Amino acid sequence: MQHTLIHRSALAAAALVFSSLAIAQTGSKLKVGLMLPYTGTYAALGNAIENGFRLYLSEQGGKMAGREVEFFKVDDESDPSKATDNVNKLVKRDNVDVLVGSVHSGVAMAMAKVAKETGTLLIVPNAGADAVTGPMCATNIYRSSFSNWQPGYAMGEVMAKKGIKKVATITWKYAAGDEAVRGFKEGFEKGGGTVVKELNLPFPTVEFQALLTDIAAAKPDAVFSFFAGGGAVKFVKDYAAAGLKKAIPLYGSGFLTDGTLEAQGADADGLLTALHYADSLDNAKDKSFRLAYAKAYKLQPDVYAVQGYDAAQILAVGLKATQGDTGKKAEFAAAVEAARIDSPRGPFTLSRAHNPVQDIYLRQVSGKENKLVGIASKGLSDPARGCKL
Amino acid sequence: MTLATFLVQCLNAIQYGLLLFLVASGLTLIFGIMGVINLAHGSFYMIGAYLAYALAGPVAATLGGGFFATLVVGVLLAVALGYLLEWAFFSFLYGREHLQQVLMTYGLILVLEEVRSLWLGDEVHSVAVPEWLSGSLPLGDLMHYPVYRLFVSGVCLVLALLMYWVLTRTRLGMMVRAGSVNREMVQSLGIDIQFLYRIVFAAGLAMAVLAGMVASPVSSVYPGMGDSVLIVCFVVVVIGGIGSIRGALLAALLMGLVDTFGKVLLPQAAGVLVYVLMALILIWKPSGLFKAG
Amino acid sequence: MASVSDLFRASGHASTRSAAVPWTLLLALLALALLPYGAGSYALDFVTKTMVYAIFALSLELLVGSAGLVCFGQSAFFGIGAYATVLLSSDTGAASLARVLPLCMLAAAGYALLVGALSLRTRGVYFIMVTLAFAQMAYYVVHDTPLGGGTDGIYLLFKPVLGDWLDLDQALTLYRFTWASLVLVMALLALINRSRFGRALAGIRVNEQRMRASGYATFYYKLAAFTLSGALAGWAGFLFAVKDGYVNPELMSWHLSGAVLIMIILGGLGQLRGALLGAFALALLQELFKSEALFGGFAKHWHLGLGLAIIASVVCLPHGLMGMPRQLRKRLAGYTSASGETP
Repeated sequence: MQHTLIHRSALAAAALVFSSLAIAQTGSKLKVGLMLPYTGTYAALGNAIENGFRLYLSEQGGKMAGREVEFFKVDDESDPSKATDNVNKLVKRDNVDVLVGSVHSGVAMAMAKVAKETGTLLIVPNAGADAVTGPMCATNIYRSSFSNWQPGYAMGEVMAKKGIKKVATITWKYAAGDEAVRGFKEGFEKGGGTVVKELNLPFPTVEFQALLTDIAAAKPDAVFSFFAGGGAVKFVKDYAAAGLKKAIPLYGSGFLTDGTLEAQGADADGLLTALHYADSLDNAKDKSFRLAYAKAYKLQPDVYAVQGYDAAQILAVGLKATQGDTGKKAEFAAAVEAARIDSPRGPFTLSRAHNPVQDIYLRQVSGKENKLVGIASKGLSDPARGCKL
Repeated sequence: MTLATFLVQCLNAIQYGLLLFLVASGLTLIFGIMGVINLAHGSFYMIGAYLAYALAGPVAATLGGGFFATLVVGVLLAVALGYLLEWAFFSFLYGREHLQQVLMTYGLILVLEEVRSLWLGDEVHSVAVPEWLSGSLPLGDLMHYPVYRLFVSGVCLVLALLMYWVLTRTRLGMMVRAGSVNREMVQSLGIDIQFLYRIVFAAGLAMAVLAGMVASPVSSVYPGMGDSVLIVCFVVVVIGGIGSIRGALLAALLMGLVDTFGKVLLPQAAGVLVYVLMALILIWKPSGLFKAG
Repeated sequence: MASVSDLFRASGHASTRSAAVPWTLLLALLALALLPYGAGSYALDFVTKTMVYAIFALSLELLVGSAGLVCFGQSAFFGIGAYATVLLSSDTGAASLARVLPLCMLAAAGYALLVGALSLRTRGVYFIMVTLAFAQMAYYVVHDTPLGGGTDGIYLLFKPVLGDWLDLDQALTLYRFTWASLVLVMALLALINRSRFGRALAGIRVNEQRMRASGYATFYYKLAAFTLSGALAGWAGFLFAVKDGYVNPELMSWHLSGAVLIMIILGGLGQLRGALLGAFALALLQELFKSEALFGGFAKHWHLGLGLAIIASVVCLPHGLMGMPRQLRKRLAGYTSASGETP
């Protein structure tokens, strides 16, 4: 009996919360669910993506296909084990019309499963996991960023063309790293090169010294690497500090030097990387985008902001064709597949598996920018292995 | 593996181990002397790294100092923070059940992370290596070993020796060692145990902060960096024996070797090896390698 | 560990009270059973998940509350149960529940047997650390080797069924099955606590040396409890994998081991209800602090609120939520000490 009070009040409180959870929401506002990392290692990326998305929306006067937009945000903490619960919050409690997310591939995989099962529209503004536009592909799942395979493959072709024969690869042992290296190997070996050593370390550890020593001992012609964020900063600095930069040229997928140049400083100078975006693109759309972004957020945009911006563009294209109805999936898909998205990265189209078919640029670090020095691969499309669309 | 490569890997292992020792020694002291499990110790390391980044500018502007001045200011701030935190928070944990300490310090981790996020943001940063330490020593025909990493090892060694001197040759050290063996006896001998605790806690925190500051040029400063260091430190403390500085040093070096060579020879098992080592040592010596003191 | 038993006695451990009918618990379980008739699909999802966590918390309660063994590696058994579910299912059709669930529990129990055999030799904080180490080992095996599909995890494409009449792919069926599992586990643990075995565990928790002196082979009692606890955690893991349709190495991370410890401490150690209450309390607390309706833009810093709430709960509620009425009554009756000590 002494527990009656606490039990009863707990039950009452719970009932109150649950009933509010159960109330369905109706109205003609377009509900956009943002599931991004707002805490943890990728918080800066989550913010950039949201900024990019909102910038496009404000350029359209705050409306998409005539509908006002209402945002629902969930912090995914880059934790795949909570991802399903978080997505369900957006899909079942808030009844969003569109899901936008995420950065971490594991989280995106959980989102893709729920989106496929419930038929909710999903636009992935970063996570490059091949599976999302591979075995999990669906009419209602889109990606505005890249697949891990793309930058790797492009870099492989470039390095083979340069006449490099023996390469050592180094990356984290996780899907993004594996897929990037796999793409690289495909492109490089096709051009006649050989990968002499494939090094990796557990994600997300950053003690590279042991492996750098290994690279020095193996004496390859060049090194291809895939790292991002804090790990990329440390790797580039460690590589230079170990004296390897002059002796064994370092190449990488563009994430090695994106958003990290401030921290890497002079150690990154001259590095060649491949990515679907560069800091000095010579097209009008990019120039106006960068100006508008800097004005609105007092920050320089990066590839993540562009991906967020383009996610909004894809949504707009589809909604225009269906007059704002997110339920008409076939028409939405048809419109998007036929469209040419005018992106700051340059125009791109979407493949049948809904992955961007885009130019991969070759960039070189100069000063504090990734300057465009050429096109690594024109109109590169991910092979979408395993997709049954 | 050639001899040259082997030697370089040993240097890598020792440097990693020594840095680990610096962080873990604070943890083992707090644990051994005060009997408090402090899950937030990794957060102190993170605070150190962010302090190195945040203080660099203001210190240069107001005091005209460089890296060393930043270190000194950072350590002083850490000691002050240690005093404050001990008085406001940790003193509540003495004599409590381990479970409650785990819970409260876990809550502290969350609070510290968010305070850092609110105050300094979520971006990744780097700290510049001071000019005169930024060279590399050539080892073998291709490899260079960064001078700064030798400096880091040096700092950790100096601090280890300093700790040894304080603990074995001063009265304060004697009280600390006695406290770690028998707290009640020390109290009944009339020694102000409250003051002792405060000093030990501030020292432990300052060492973790210093480790974070010194390591920041070679690691990057990013959210969540405390997490990765925390579990590893606990393993060091447990292998070495709670309360034993000697044990922490030996355990840290051992772990540095296992981790470094594990990564190179058995990359798939590298993550597990350290825990296998811990499990084996605990099965052989259930209280760790050395006793407290 | 005299102070630990004080903690338990003060919060009213089941074995020190007469066998009263737990009306409020039955009421709560009834409310949960009736929930599907009034709630939307999100609430159903949320409560299913929380019940799974409650079963997970109950498995730990057996170790910490009944036997006094603080295990910091419970997530390993949970994760093994979840991964076994996916690995035992096929990509082409639904597996049989009758085959998969027992095998999952067996796999989890097997690892628990191994871990227990090796770690029960250690004591106190060393035991905490060794259990953590073994959990980390399991984590790295799944995280770094091709066995578990790596960091991105694996999908469960077809959810298990039992013949024609139990299809766990249906949300309502899964809810009822989870509810039934919860009731079964609670009943099982209540029986164990009242049995000779349970009383022996309680004795070991209070004073192991005395038990040994009385002729009990305490190591084997503890090992049995450890293995059973692993099996129950594996059951919770199975339910989690079926609910999400997706497993990931983070299911074995020490953060989850910490979270489930928080659940049982928050709820109140020493009572099965504490585990149930704690699971719901932690889930609701997180929802509270993440709520944009209450905190607006600050909701993204919800870790701050949660951290402060956890700290506050330890300071103000040393016996967890279950001990709150006792504390309130003491305060009202004019006692100055709120630590639950009887004069």
